[in-house]
Amino acid sequence: MGERTLTRMDLSEAVFREVGLSRNESASLVESVLGHMSDALVRGEQVKISSFGTFSVREKAARVGRNPKTGEEVPIHPRRVLTFRPSHLMKDRVALGNKG
Amino acid sequence: MIRSELIQKIAEENPHLYQRDVERIVNTIFEEVIDAMARGDRVELRGFGAFSVKQRDARTGRNPRTGEAVAVDEKHVPFFKTGKLLRDRLNGG
Repeated sequence: MGERTLTRMDLSEAVFREVGLSRNESASLVESVLGHMSDALVRGEQVKISSFGTFSVREKAARVGRNPKTGEEVPIHPRRVLTFRPSHLMKDRVALGNKG
Repeated sequence: MIRSELIQKIAEENPHLYQRDVERIVNTIFEEVIDAMARGDRVELRGFGAFSVKQRDARTGRNPRTGEAVAVDEKHVPFFKTGKLLRDRLNGG
């Protein structure tokens, strides 16, 4: 199994190989894709990429937390968190690819 | 936002590209992430988030209808952790 870490560079390299744009333009397209997805999520929209997965923004209510070290009570403000639900295709391919 | 809307936005910003190439570009990016995880690799996109593979150990599950014990094999599942910048932006940062 792999354990390698891919970055934006690997994604733009894949775009470069697949479409034959310059490396620079490939990199800026990868950035645009991530930028548009982030902007939609910040607006509170769900981002649903068929056969990849769904990113959703969930509102978490305020609650009283505790500093685990000191036991002191600390207010936790309401916040928005992002959740990702992988598609069946992604789950199947990840399960199959990492089998045995 | 769905995949086709994302493709549309990128196409509008890049009028010099054919629509079909924009589709290939967007599809390649998502395909690459899945391929990486299928190999057991991580994909770390600073500011956005990181995709990784988590191992779930084998366990004895139960058929909820019959109560019967069933062996569930070890399996690997995709996992996403939101990046710090995006997490901050979601909360007005």
